[in-house]
Amino acid sequence: MADIPARDAFQALRQATPARVGLGRAGQGLPTAPMLAFQLAHARARDAVHAPLDVARLRDALAGEPLEVHSAAGDRAAYLMDPDLGRRVGRDSPTLPRSEYDLAIVVADGLSALAVHSHAAAVVAALGARLTGWRIAPVVIARLGRVAIGDPIGAALGARLVVVLIGERPGLSAADSLGAYITFDPKPGRRDNERNCVSNIREPSGLSRDQAADKIAWLLTEARRLGFTGVELKDREVASQLKDQAAIRASQSRNTPST
Amino acid sequence: MYRTDLAGTRHSFPDLKALMAAATPFRSGDQLAGLGAASAETRIAARYGLADLPLTIFLEDLLIPYEDDEVTRLIVDTHDRAAFARISHLTVGAFREWLLSNETDGPRLSAIAPGVTPEMAAAVCKLMRNQDLIAVARKITVRSAFRTTLGEPGRLAVRLQPNHATDDPRGVAASILDGLMLGCGDAVIGVNPATDSLATARTLLELIEDLRLRLEIPTQSCVLTHVTNTLELIELGAPVDLTFQSIAGTEAANRGFGVDLALLREAHDATLTLGRNPRGDNVMYFETGQGSALSAGAHRGVDQQTLEARAYAVARPFRPLLVNTVVGFIGPEYLYDGKQITRAGLEDHFCGKLMGLPMGVDVCYTNHAAADQDDMDDLLTLLGVAGVNFVMGVPGADDVMLNYQSTSFHDALYLREVLGLRPAPEFEAWLEGAGLMDGCGRMVEVGASGGAHRLLLEHLDRG
Repeated sequence: MADIPARDAFQALRQATPARVGLGRAGQGLPTAPMLAFQLAHARARDAVHAPLDVARLRDALAGEPLEVHSAAGDRAAYLMDPDLGRRVGRDSPTLPRSEYDLAIVVADGLSALAVHSHAAAVVAALGARLTGWRIAPVVIARLGRVAIGDPIGAALGARLVVVLIGERPGLSAADSLGAYITFDPKPGRRDNERNCVSNIREPSGLSRDQAADKIAWLLTEARRLGFTGVELKDREVASQLKDQAAIRASQSRNTPST
Repeated sequence: MYRTDLAGTRHSFPDLKALMAAATPFRSGDQLAGLGAASAETRIAARYGLADLPLTIFLEDLLIPYEDDEVTRLIVDTHDRAAFARISHLTVGAFREWLLSNETDGPRLSAIAPGVTPEMAAAVCKLMRNQDLIAVARKITVRSAFRTTLGEPGRLAVRLQPNHATDDPRGVAASILDGLMLGCGDAVIGVNPATDSLATARTLLELIEDLRLRLEIPTQSCVLTHVTNTLELIELGAPVDLTFQSIAGTEAANRGFGVDLALLREAHDATLTLGRNPRGDNVMYFETGQGSALSAGAHRGVDQQTLEARAYAVARPFRPLLVNTVVGFIGPEYLYDGKQITRAGLEDHFCGKLMGLPMGVDVCYTNHAAADQDDMDDLLTLLGVAGVNFVMGVPGADDVMLNYQSTSFHDALYLREVLGLRPAPEFEAWLEGAGLMDGCGRMVEVGASGGAHRLLLEHLDRG
């Protein structure tokens, strides 16, 4: 071992973690290549946060006739400054058709329209294929929406359950990660601990669209049977051996503002 | 009702907390809470009003009632009147001048610390420019010690933060090694676990313990999990050096974190019982951050900077080794951009030091905030000048588990270099002895024959 060059030893460190280890040095600072690599990742994340949702493209990708609402946030800056605006449906949005639905599906841009463009339509299709016999409302596209916008939408549609597919806050390693939040008996005022979440949906390195659809369908089916979503359902989920990357990400030791 | 008359215009504020909120430099979180000043002039009118108030008013007109909130009760019941006597005659404006005065040196500042309530610290902070916050904080020395001595003038310690998305021990070890080779880890080697699993937390604690003993590194470890988990880990006999907890400035916000003062006392006592600190009783690690109370719906109409100072009052009786304000983690709805994050970082460091706490700062931001590495460079440099006890060291500044950007090992080396700062003394001696640091106090590059190369090879040998 004694004559292994430092270069190869660094390589072994790098293979052990996706963290930015073994970057080398220029004086005390970073060499140019890793400095630029970081800046590229951050630039992509910033672009994803600010990219507008391409509604026409999303409509084309979704089957059927999706409905469209806008949150109470007038623009992206207002959306970022005041999360509550993104949780409410804007006044100029159309009235949603009320019926006896088992499930409402909401697609919201959240903090990454890129994630929605990349994965949302495929997840919706995969989910539909797994929920035969369910009365599913037309998909609702929500611009500048946050997770809780599914509550007033689900309530207006008269749906027993709502699933919100939403772009997650971009990290440096991925700017196109989609999350799915499931809420039983949606109505304004639902708390975050009354929801269940499937996160890190992206390909190829996250949860695949089919894996995600499996998990979402399982959660929906259990929620319909039990009559609730939230912490207790999450415990059953863990117990049912549905363990994967998404479950691991669910808990953090730091306080994260609600999405 | 508080009033200020400025050139014929009367500005009125319904109560003291409204006056303090209006006097606070602009930030998105106070706007979100509906507490910020209605105009730029109103903000300055509030500062005029605040400057004329006596410090004693904060002992009489409580922002959050005594009966309603155990944090208020803690602040009032533990207030040191003797220490306060030296400044009790001052107004807030005069207190600012007293703090800046050349006669007010470090020992005098340390002597009044137990007499400074968080509301007094927050009030004077709102009258201070960034340079004032730096100039006063720089005069204050707050030491704490475990296996390393932290807070000595001329020293800058680093929390080595080797997080991994799935808590993979090999991945965590790789980041620790990288940090050690870059001279970081003297404040603590502290991992945020990705899950709540006790088994995982124990594995990580034992991993760090093994490294520490095998390489004879003078430092301490921490897995930043909920205090109830750490209590269980202590029961299980895991090697717990420090007990961690996130805390906030109101009873309700702390309840949101699943803690109260009684639980913190229980954890503090249990950790002390282990007797692992060879140098005293600093066994707690607290994290805070402006906006946490508002995000929990528990701000009680008080501005986020004042609530942050109240979190330091929660920390103070526990004589922590480390208090870390995670300044830009919470997002743009609380601190929108680099300017707001910079201001908040300097405020938190100042208020914590003024109250006698061993302050570190996680200089950081998320990807939806209007900030970048240049903003982090600026704040890091300002805090180095201000004498911050410790900062974070994350590989390449990119935390792959928490998905935010902090400061890197390289950033810490930069700061030590440009300001002539050195690692904690015990850790510095270890770096030299291990061949990781050269005779000039710089880290040896990984190359032909240095200690860094040896460390790497030894790690590889063990697989």
